[in-house]
Amino acid sequence: MPRNLRATAAHLAAFLASLIMLLPVYLITINALKSTPEASTMSVDLPTELHFENFLIAIEKGKLLQSFFNSLLYATSATVLATLVSAMAAFVMSRHRTRFNRFLYLFLIMGIALPINFFTLTTMMQVTHLINTKIGIIILYAALQVPFSIFLIYGFVDTIPRELDEAAIIDGCRPRQLFFLVILPLLKPVLVTAGILNFLNIWNDFMMPLYYLNSSSNWPMTLAVYNFFGQYQSSWNLVSADILLTIIPVIVIYLMGQRFIIAGMTSGSVKG
Amino acid sequence: MKSHRSYPFTFVVAALVLYVTFFIIPSLSGIAYSFTDWSGYSDEVEFVGLDNFRTILSPDENYLSFIGNTLLFTFWTIIIKTVFGLALALLLNQGVRWFVNGYRVLIYLPVILPTLVVALIFRSILDPASGLLNSALRGIGLDALALPWLTDPRIALYSVIGADSWKGIGYIMVILLAGLQTIPKDLYEAASIDGASAWAKFRFITLPMLMPALMIVTVLNVLYGLRVFDIVYALTNGGPGYATEVLSTEIFKAFSKGQFGLGTAISSILFLILVVTGYLVIRVMERQSDRE
Repeated sequence: MPRNLRATAAHLAAFLASLIMLLPVYLITINALKSTPEASTMSVDLPTELHFENFLIAIEKGKLLQSFFNSLLYATSATVLATLVSAMAAFVMSRHRTRFNRFLYLFLIMGIALPINFFTLTTMMQVTHLINTKIGIIILYAALQVPFSIFLIYGFVDTIPRELDEAAIIDGCRPRQLFFLVILPLLKPVLVTAGILNFLNIWNDFMMPLYYLNSSSNWPMTLAVYNFFGQYQSSWNLVSADILLTIIPVIVIYLMGQRFIIAGMTSGSVKG
Repeated sequence: MKSHRSYPFTFVVAALVLYVTFFIIPSLSGIAYSFTDWSGYSDEVEFVGLDNFRTILSPDENYLSFIGNTLLFTFWTIIIKTVFGLALALLLNQGVRWFVNGYRVLIYLPVILPTLVVALIFRSILDPASGLLNSALRGIGLDALALPWLTDPRIALYSVIGADSWKGIGYIMVILLAGLQTIPKDLYEAASIDGASAWAKFRFITLPMLMPALMIVTVLNVLYGLRVFDIVYALTNGGPGYATEVLSTEIFKAFSKGQFGLGTAISSILFLILVVTGYLVIRVMERQSDRE
């Protein structure tokens, strides 16, 4: 095949694949602006009239404001907590490689593969008085993000020269100062990656609130959307508006941080 | 310099406490509880030996088919995601000359959407009467292919597999693309000088060099597939009948019904399947890469 033709065919294939991946988001966007009868078939046609009031109805009826702030609170607090404790642990385990620390590292990252036992976890949440509370879901989310965060940060600590530690210690740094003032700023790239991945994981999670948050005033956006869908199944315009408002924050973060996300996703595989 | 003083164990404690409290203790005590009649309606918990496991493995019950569905889901999503993910990665690595990052951003987009939202969108797309898929099929004259995707017990599981694959292909593509970019270009140049065909280059350079990335991808897919919940729960909730029921959705049903002993037993079986399959996958792929 001539080179130009081959390149055109490749672009056509990549373009088609992109189109297929974009189609559902496009569907949600245009149907969010239609009237209820027009949106009933969720077609690809553009709306005949623009119904911006769909968003207001979805926000009000779907209690989206409250669930937006819940999601924001859970994702932000748990991300900060998980990323910080993981960075501290990864730093010490990576720098001080005793047999015990090596075992501890493997023990901690084993959590990436472990399934959660929801029954005994319920008991644990009850015993610690964390069930059905905002603080409880934050601590739970933080705990669930720890294994992968440690895995991600552990490898990066190696790229920071040890001589820096030694210089800082000779200058009289205590361990806490060494970590917070010298090491933490240098970990910034991997902390941003871990932070974004943790934030998106928590924002998108549906399972933990389904198990552990009964009261609707504590629901994050995913659970609120699912509940809204149950009530307004026949009004796809409202469901679409509700969905669109839920995914806009995710898409914004993705477009801003896609380099960091892809760096994190591929870090394990490229290094082998 | 005494390094243990500069790197105090106390720095590990917070992460360790969180992990042990919410992962390890529930997991280990879960195994113990799977031999009891623990229920949501009674405070008394009695040891019942292997009763829960007998129930799960009994041919009179449906649990074996849930295990089967979980394995089928895992198997087919791995095949579909890897084949398409690899094809797209090759396309972006060699075929396309410009806008590569643009394509990558677009194809990866479904990965970052909440799975729940993806399931809801596919409920509309796969609607038998008014859904986009069937309208499109009828539009191009393929009426015979306009099937009741989510309500026919014979095809519902494959519809769920399809929707999940749509969401996951970009993830696999990105990892494989990063793997492809680490292969030295001079290997291909040397092969060209020796007169190797495109297929031979793929078979004897790309595939072996890509083995580590393929291994990671497969392990991640196995871990994901065996634990799958959101997409099944929101698309079909295990139905019609039990056609798409997987272990995690059944665990949630046992949880809702207060069958805690039985539920922990299913969780323990899932735990066991994860460990065994994960181990087998790694062994098989290691042997494969040794042979290359």
